[in-house]
Amino acid sequence: MAALLSVNDLCVKYKTFEGIVHAVNGISFDIPERGTLGLVGESGAGKTTTALSLMRLIPAPPGIVERGKISFGGRDIHALSEAEMKKIRGNQISMIFQDPMTSLNPVLTVGLQISEAIVAHQNTSEREALKRTQEMLEKVQIPSARHKEYPHEFSGGMRQRVGIAMALACNPRLIIADEPTTALDVTIQAQVIELMRNLRQEFSTAMMLITHDLGVVGEVCDRVAVMYAGEIVEEGSLEQIFEDARHPYTTGLFKCIPDIEEDSSQIQPIMGLMPDPFDLPSGCCFHPRCPSCMEVCRVERPAFLRENGRTVQCHLYAKGGVTQ
Amino acid sequence: MPGTATTLKRDKRQSKIGEIWRRLKINKGAVAGLAVILFLSAMAIFAPYLAPYEPNKMNSGPRLASPSMKHPLGTDSFGRDQLSRVIYGARISLYVGFIAVGIGAVIGGFIGAVVGYYGGRVDNILMRIMDVLLAVPQIILAIAIVGALGANLVNLMIAVGVSQIPRYARIVRASALSVRGQEFVEAARAIGASDLRIILENILPNCMAPIIVQSTLGVASAILSAAALSFLGLGIQPPTPEWGSMLSLGRQYMRNAPHLTFYPGLVIAIVVLALNIFGDGLRDALDPKLRQ
Amino acid sequence: MSSKTRDLSDGTGGAASKRPLLEVRDLVKHFKVGAGIVHAVDGVSFSIMKGETLGLVGESGCGKSTTGRALIRLIDATSGSVTYQDRDILALSKPEMTSMRKEMQIIFQDPFSSIDPRKTVGDTIGKPLYIHRVGTKREREDRVDHLMELVGLSARLYNKYPHELDGGRRQRVGIARALALSPSFIVCDEPVSALDVSIQAQILNLLEELQNTMKLTYLFVSHDLSVIKHLSNRVAVMYLGKIVELSPTLSLFKNTLHPYAQALLSAVPVAKLRRTRERIILTGGVPSPIHPPSGCRFHTRCHHKTPVCSEREPQLLDAGEGHFVACHLVHKV
Repeated sequence: MAALLSVNDLCVKYKTFEGIVHAVNGISFDIPERGTLGLVGESGAGKTTTALSLMRLIPAPPGIVERGKISFGGRDIHALSEAEMKKIRGNQISMIFQDPMTSLNPVLTVGLQISEAIVAHQNTSEREALKRTQEMLEKVQIPSARHKEYPHEFSGGMRQRVGIAMALACNPRLIIADEPTTALDVTIQAQVIELMRNLRQEFSTAMMLITHDLGVVGEVCDRVAVMYAGEIVEEGSLEQIFEDARHPYTTGLFKCIPDIEEDSSQIQPIMGLMPDPFDLPSGCCFHPRCPSCMEVCRVERPAFLRENGRTVQCHLYAKGGVTQ
Repeated sequence: MPGTATTLKRDKRQSKIGEIWRRLKINKGAVAGLAVILFLSAMAIFAPYLAPYEPNKMNSGPRLASPSMKHPLGTDSFGRDQLSRVIYGARISLYVGFIAVGIGAVIGGFIGAVVGYYGGRVDNILMRIMDVLLAVPQIILAIAIVGALGANLVNLMIAVGVSQIPRYARIVRASALSVRGQEFVEAARAIGASDLRIILENILPNCMAPIIVQSTLGVASAILSAAALSFLGLGIQPPTPEWGSMLSLGRQYMRNAPHLTFYPGLVIAIVVLALNIFGDGLRDALDPKLRQ
Repeated sequence: MSSKTRDLSDGTGGAASKRPLLEVRDLVKHFKVGAGIVHAVDGVSFSIMKGETLGLVGESGCGKSTTGRALIRLIDATSGSVTYQDRDILALSKPEMTSMRKEMQIIFQDPFSSIDPRKTVGDTIGKPLYIHRVGTKREREDRVDHLMELVGLSARLYNKYPHELDGGRRQRVGIARALALSPSFIVCDEPVSALDVSIQAQILNLLEELQNTMKLTYLFVSHDLSVIKHLSNRVAVMYLGKIVELSPTLSLFKNTLHPYAQALLSAVPVAKLRRTRERIILTGGVPSPIHPPSGCRFHTRCHHKTPVCSEREPQLLDAGEGHFVACHLVHKV
């Protein structure tokens, strides 16, 4: 079965006064219908750039999509006209943003904001759109009568649920959620995660969840892609990544998190800093911080090794794997 | 990256002013602006050596003469040499402009920083006073001050400076309010810094950008306010040459002798332009984030 | 690399002595706002032993940061007392407090706003020494060099400005500044929550190392339970301005008594496939601190509430072995 979304060798760079930032450096991944991919990485890894390029929203200038193919539902995103793209944005692909405080317009009622999106995309009357809006609010556990209220009258968690309602309003095929729970408190985060899981099944939507929190990925996703310095260094099923991570960066990330369930926890930080985006390291971009760096890592960019439905980009596994 | 730890350590004692100068130097416009200001200041200082005629000597040529070899900028309605008057005028005009702005920016900036930092009642009382001052037309305020203190150059500068205080207080307060909320101000308190130290070392430096922009614009308006006061007989008395009063005198002869308004106007415009460009450069040089 | 296995069997942790370094009694902080009075901190009492780390955990708006700031008088408390080595901090005069600041310091959450963007790294770290007139200029510079080395900042960063550094390095600058006057007590106000995971682990290890070498006592304020658990000897859980549970770390995590603490713990996403804790989803959000609920403040969201919960306020009482909890359900038995 063809994937809903398929990204192949995507490269995005930003041209600035200080130099060229290679934000995304040849990444490839697929999201099947109803699949959930977690895109994990630290700040500056290129997660948000990836999300924006799927929507064709990379600001240009300074952004340039250098190469790569993105196909969504069998159509090449880059070949579409702007008018066709507008039909996809918000309708077939929609986004949930990190900050529920700023992603809603403070001077419009939430009901109006949701129904606006519906009217814009779905050829419905305003009355029908309002009805649908109230349904959506109920779905995210907000009393439908509150559609007349303004964003500031909602708490942070409720605002994020409004954001989810808005994203789901047009029954999209893919939702891109950019750090949807980062700004929320733990107990509220749990509510929102629970809600997203239920709604995803109900609406049978595919989702790409962008986050830095491996815990959240574990709760929601069935596949995980780990990004570092603009590359996907490892990709696999949740089990493969969580139980049997291969790439030293992935294993390093897990060792950085104190285990809340053990009596005594150990943490082992990854040494060094994120690479300078203007001046990425030669060879494997993780080599300056890698505990098992070899001679070849400094010189040669590792190939993608695919095996059992997982991909890892690391010289350590060069022999066992099947080179692309 | 060149330079080892030891050489960089020696750099440690590099002066702040030296560093700002290094950053300012990169900006060609700012350097040009500074050069123009220095040139005009030098012109003011060395006026007696530069001016071809006595500035107040009447009938040093024909009246209302157009520019010629003898009088490069022409003569005014009393036959005084315009070039000499522009050169001498730089003394009073620049002096008034800079000192008045200095008074306004320093006092107003400090008031703004204090009320922005403390907030609450201090803010309410001082800012209401500022509002009252702002509501009174500047020129009337200046007239009142000069009227009370007496008409002379120092009082004129004080009057123009004081009337500018509320503007600075307002803009600095606005920035100070946002700076106050930053954690580094709390951090300064946590290490035991006094309120005065925080205002001077943390709040004000982070409010420099609007002060500089306002000051560079303020110089021109100070020169013109001083002229208006002089016109009312409350400032510099004729025949002392001064750009603003030259401008207002020339207005009557605009039709047949446009050079009388053109040249004083031009030098004021040059001062403002030079200050603006220099001010922008200085603002950028003071902001480490914009360092290239 | 550093590992950690603390003796958590006794209430104070192995490293700590029996004598409290700091004692807080009935600390109250109310803010006046347009809509009324915010009960940010409402009668909080605890003590911190010398050399231990007390974790203060809770969600946003529960008053944990306000508590931390009131202890070192960055905020003036409405009432209550804070005793630090037999001295009443809240009663000190201004100059006395200024010199007391050498003893008590704070590390802030946001490494981007907690450092003045117009000061160099060297200036920022040296400022406390300058203010308190420590040594000559030369000696202060040497001390700054030493501090930078201590927190793992390379000497060539001395003349750099904050925007030239990444979050992790900036946080190191903030730590060096807090250490400059050799304090014995440090309030760590969410020092790692603004950092990336890999950098967060570096800073956590640094804080631990510094505690061991410099015999520091921490009040570690955080919303992140994994971090709190990793670093603390004892943990206090706050909800709407009150401590609902206070206990040695292990006991709190193994035998959670308060329904709120249970829900909070269960809500933490764990980076594991099989989680051991069953998830408890609370309904609704935190009530407004302007009109906190009567009786037990958690009763509006509690799954186990009884009639008494909305009438009488539960006291923070010992449920055995230094495990304090404020819940009618626990103490009824």
